Amino acid sequence: MAEELKVQRPHCLTDVNFSYCPGCGHGIVNRILAELIDEMGIEGDSVIICPVGCSVTMYNFFNCDMIEAAHGRAPAVATGVKRVLPDTFVFSYQGDGDLASIGMAETVHSATRGENITVIFINNAIYGMTGGQMAPTSLPGQVTQTSPYGRDTNIAGYPVRICELVSTLDGTALAQRVTVDTPAHVRQAKAAIKKGIEYQQRKLGYSIIEVVSSCPTNWGFEPVEAMQWLRENMLPYYPLGVYKDKGAELEAAQKGGE
Amino acid sequence: MVQNKDKVLMKGNEALAESAVRAGCRFFFGYPITPQTEVSAYLSKTMPKVGGLFLQAESEVAAINMVYGAASAGARVMTSSSSPGISLKSEGISYMCGADMPCVIINVMRGGPGLGGIQPSQADYYQATRGLGHGDAFLIVYAPSTVQEMADYVYAAFDKADEYRTPVLILSDGMLGQMMEPVVLPEPKDAPTDKPWATTGTKMARKHNVTNSLYLDPQELEDTIVERQERYNKVKENEQRYDAYLTEDADIVVVAYGATARVARNAVNAARAKGIKAGLLRPITLWPFPEKILTELAETASSFLCVEMSMGQMIDDVRLSIHDSKPVNFFGHTGGIIPTPDEVLACIEKSAAGETFNVVPYKSKMKGGE
Repeated sequence: MAEELKVQRPHCLTDVNFSYCPGCGHGIVNRILAELIDEMGIEGDSVIICPVGCSVTMYNFFNCDMIEAAHGRAPAVATGVKRVLPDTFVFSYQGDGDLASIGMAETVHSATRGENITVIFINNAIYGMTGGQMAPTSLPGQVTQTSPYGRDTNIAGYPVRICELVSTLDGTALAQRVTVDTPAHVRQAKAAIKKGIEYQQRKLGYSIIEVVSSCPTNWGFEPVEAMQWLRENMLPYYPLGVYKDKGAELEAAQKGGE
Repeated sequence: MVQNKDKVLMKGNEALAESAVRAGCRFFFGYPITPQTEVSAYLSKTMPKVGGLFLQAESEVAAINMVYGAASAGARVMTSSSSPGISLKSEGISYMCGADMPCVIINVMRGGPGLGGIQPSQADYYQATRGLGHGDAFLIVYAPSTVQEMADYVYAAFDKADEYRTPVLILSDGMLGQMMEPVVLPEPKDAPTDKPWATTGTKMARKHNVTNSLYLDPQELEDTIVERQERYNKVKENEQRYDAYLTEDADIVVVAYGATARVARNAVNAARAKGIKAGLLRPITLWPFPEKILTELAETASSFLCVEMSMGQMIDDVRLSIHDSKPVNFFGHTGGIIPTPDEVLACIEKSAAGETFNVVPYKSKMKGGE
């Protein structure tokens, strides 16, 4: 019986193995982004910006043109690229410390300017690369290296809900929160990222897909346990869903006007 | 030859901005700060008319990172600020040095440290010439002294940035930025398009380009830095610029740059009228520092006099250039005070009398501490 090739490495990925830990969401999200770039035929017209964080070496994994940015600054770098090359697909791939802490100003202002970029936001409630410190999205009571007694909201305040926050800005075209804990959720996440890319093409504004993700290494769980912890603890605080969808709003307005 | 009728009367900051446009710069990212305001104001008016972009960023930090992105995409791009804002940009400048991204950065210096003041200053010399951000890195630094030079050197800066793949800094000050002089503007030219390293999308026609300053393998990082140093050595060899005025027979060589050099030149003329053989060596590039000419002058001069609007920063480079073979005296004002020709003349006379000194006049002390 002849063997049939069902699955292969997307063309836009290099043959370098991912450096992500087992059970980490980055590997899944890198993969679905790569599949979309292939399926949409945009590899040659894409520039991906990967700032400091666990995905900082993404430039080794993708065959697209890549830019490494300083911590938190990817949306500003993306702005510079997009304003020079308005027809290029520009991606900003950021973690929670990067996007919601040190880069909050860049996040809010690129959104409110309606920059036509697609932001992929990995929210795993911890600083992974530096070894598990408290993140702006760490949950109340969450134990991390720098909140060893659990995040005390009297001292450290509360987690930031980014999709809710940027959904209030007029420049935001898409704000959707997804996760990648099951095949069904992975498909949903892929559809959301695809919509973000389409909105970028339509120049509708800033799109952000927040992926509630796991960090087994720094959470201190086995990969499967980490997914369970994510479902029980992360998802209640960070509900999945669409928080802003300018495309849908335009369609509804069009229908209403008919 | 350029005719007189081609001269226009412009503020230094505006001449600089117009000249950037004529150099093919079509992207400007900035954040408001005094005293560079005219640069932003001029470009916000001009860029839309020439199909360019003026974008006011949310911060200095964001502005320099927009510059980084635009440079990576292959554009001629510029940002401008003043001292406290340049400190904020230093993160992005270090990344641009590390990723070999060409751009032009303007610092219209004001008094520091901290918020300092808004009057002219030259107290950012160390910051400008020691690489500005963290890591083994340098920028080419031009110090114009006239409105004409504001136009000329920003025009040249874009070419040098591309030639050596490095950020280039124009170190100006509040006086040059705000003053008006006749200027002959350079001919408009197109920005170069041959940047094979730019991240413009592979178009499926080449291997991917990566803009990056991260090298986790120490050997790879060392190799990268050493390769860059070889480029810096070429810059040092080829790009030292200065203006030597009456230095050939000078006993006393005054060394001053930017606005201060204008004052020093008057003082040198006055000293000559009194029979003192004074001359002026005006560095135009602060990095690379014009060390070759200073080494030559050290053979004939009896002493040097540095005049700066700081507590004395460039003086270190003068001393290094001449290996302390002759006395190097210092006179300065700081905090936004501009030295007067009479003050500098008095210092030239003291130098001629063989005195050695290092003076920043201190008002309460001068009054006897009253």
